[in-house]
Amino acid sequence: MRKCLNEFTPGETGTVVRVAGAGAGKGLQRQRLFDMGITPGAEITMRKAAPLGDPMEITIRGYELSVRKVEVEAVLMECGEK
Amino acid sequence: MRFALAGNPNCGKTTLFNLLTGSTAHVGNWPGVTVDRREGVYKGTPRSGVSQKIEIIDLPGIYSLSPYTPEEVIARDYILEDGPDLVINIVDSTNLERNLYLTTQIMESDIPVVVALNMTDVLRKNGGSVDARELSERLGAPVVSISALRSEGIDELMRTAAEAAGKPRNGSSIIENSCMGDAVRDIARLFRERGLTNPVFRAVKAIEGNIPRGEADLAGEIEDIKGRIELGEVFEDDFEAAAADARYGGITEKFRGVVTLLPGARGMSVSDRIDRVLTHKLLGLPIFFIFMYFVFHLTFAEPLLFTDLVTDGGVPSPGVMMQGWMGSFTEWARGAVGGAMESAGASAWAKGLVADGVFAGVGSVLSFLPQILMLFLFLSIMEDSGYMARAAFLMDRPLRRFGLSGKAFLPLLMGFGCSVPAMMGTRTLDDEKERRLTIMLMPFFSCGAKLPIWAMFGAAVFPGSAGNAVFAIYAIGIAAAVVTSIILRKTILRGAASVFIMELPAYHLPRPLNLLIHLWEKTRGFVIRATTIIAGATVVIWCLSNFNFSLDMVEPNSPGSIVGVLGRLAVPIFIPLGFASTPEAWKAVVAIVTGLIAKEMVVSTLGVLYNPEVEGDALEDETASGALAAALVASFSPASALSFMTFNLLSVPCMAAVASANGEMRNARWIWGTIAFWLLTAWCGAFIVFHAARLLGF
Repeated sequence: MRKCLNEFTPGETGTVVRVAGAGAGKGLQRQRLFDMGITPGAEITMRKAAPLGDPMEITIRGYELSVRKVEVEAVLMECGEK
Repeated sequence: MRFALAGNPNCGKTTLFNLLTGSTAHVGNWPGVTVDRREGVYKGTPRSGVSQKIEIIDLPGIYSLSPYTPEEVIARDYILEDGPDLVINIVDSTNLERNLYLTTQIMESDIPVVVALNMTDVLRKNGGSVDARELSERLGAPVVSISALRSEGIDELMRTAAEAAGKPRNGSSIIENSCMGDAVRDIARLFRERGLTNPVFRAVKAIEGNIPRGEADLAGEIEDIKGRIELGEVFEDDFEAAAADARYGGITEKFRGVVTLLPGARGMSVSDRIDRVLTHKLLGLPIFFIFMYFVFHLTFAEPLLFTDLVTDGGVPSPGVMMQGWMGSFTEWARGAVGGAMESAGASAWAKGLVADGVFAGVGSVLSFLPQILMLFLFLSIMEDSGYMARAAFLMDRPLRRFGLSGKAFLPLLMGFGCSVPAMMGTRTLDDEKERRLTIMLMPFFSCGAKLPIWAMFGAAVFPGSAGNAVFAIYAIGIAAAVVTSIILRKTILRGAASVFIMELPAYHLPRPLNLLIHLWEKTRGFVIRATTIIAGATVVIWCLSNFNFSLDMVEPNSPGSIVGVLGRLAVPIFIPLGFASTPEAWKAVVAIVTGLIAKEMVVSTLGVLYNPEVEGDALEDETASGALAAALVASFSPASALSFMTFNLLSVPCMAAVASANGEMRNARWIWGTIAFWLLTAWCGAFIVFHAARLLGF
């Protein structure tokens, strides 16, 4: 099943399929995501959301990263049924 | 020789830097931007066998050399343009994959590189291991295992570095093994023919879409070469994504087996367990607010919570206690200097200038020093332990609506204590625009020095509802911050809250040495400013309030003094604000003007002007403050008092804050613009408050 990273629920794990669209002004955000290791094939686990629902904490490449949901709307994930 | 230290944030770079340079480090800013620039001289040991003089330059902590943030641009330009003799790349071995991402970018330059493999002890404790020799072979650069925390392996690191610095190196790219390999080699050849330095690095950047300055004529040829790359379906023509992917893919491929992590080693560590509580869905925010309450309580409270139940009057908080000592000390110094000058036969004006001008002015600013130290101690502990990142994580959502990110919350909260350390605290923000915005909003969070004004007016003009009046002032300040932040974000500081893709580092105990160095660096800047800019400003102000236009000495702040004359000239500006239409109005205006210097001076000035015959300072003396209260009731209506308070709340906070803002912004246009913004907001805010209060029947 495919869905975007912002739709993940705590505990859910998946693999990055692609980071979509280089829209205007999105260059920094996209490059940041890449630099932090969110590239196709990387495995991501959603850990939790902040008390007010956003941002969220994910585990990627063995460390913890905080991202806002709107920043990862463009990250398409494949999550297989376990 | 010059060695540059490069590495991710939180990889132990600062600890290593402090270890290498000892006390020789000095901190400044990189030209043009407010990113710390730390330099020092390597303090060698006989065992290292390094005899040359080596300068160490600490580059900002970065994840990548892509030119998006000021930190990245600085690090990249330094490595490529300034050409250090060697780069020491510190790598956190507990997070090898992401740390090597930066390493592979540095390896693309022609500068010799030594990798310092840090935190191998932590990795081993978690049951993992890393093969340094194997890593070195596959990377093509020397690798030395160190523990910056236990100062292990440092001599060997420097010996290896000194050897490697002499050997020329050609850049190589991990991307050369991917489908873009031919293109990297072809473009690098073009650049090499042009005599460009670091051709491989520039070739990779050119594929990502950044052609070096001055080589625009090669653009066509580079496009042709890129046209031959077959990226495949996933990337189409997205070269930035493809390069990042090839880099991470190459790292996984190339370093497979070099590091072994026990599966699930990070699954439920101590850090995770702490985090489960501190960022808990229900407990997270309350815990954070309770923690912040104690920070402020320990810094500003008098008396300390519950101590007034045990002893008479209670025990002041450490911050207040130390401020008292500092105050007595500067007061003593002022008296001693005044006495010495008198016995040496100095004239009255010279004694006044030095004792009442410079020493009193600098003294009042320096008396903040203990509280600044306290706040920064807590701030450093939060930063060093990893809790700061969680605080930003918790507070990001509520702040984003106003164009700020979670990281701005802490400095703004500190503004309730004192704007000066709070403005210095904005350095934790990544984005220049957001940093400026946060500094501009700072005065609206009513600081401790404004409290006497609220207390005086509350008691005098709002008997029985003083608490509500003071609460209204705090609320007006927050409302002003929200409104102006939204307006600024739509105009001169256009844009949304900066991106919030932020690492949440594992928790660890703060290191005392790091805390001390951090505190020293912060305080030194403050003391230097207090003794230069502020001393100068005080001299000017003292002259304005003690002389008339024929340069004869007069009663301080009296109608005939320069300040008094200017204050009366300024009265018409304040008439629409409601408190300037009486014949005595100029006194309030002069108090506002002296309040621009320091908010403590507002009540003192009002006391002197309204009741010149009463001895004593209205700020400290009870008779004087009682007399002032009576005078205020006669001169102010509730609406005009609220207006006067609002103006003081929103205008230029004090000279120390202006100096701090200047130190952070480093731009004359911005600092003058900020001063104008404060004055304008104060005027508009007071205007609105006055008329709204009148409509509500005050």
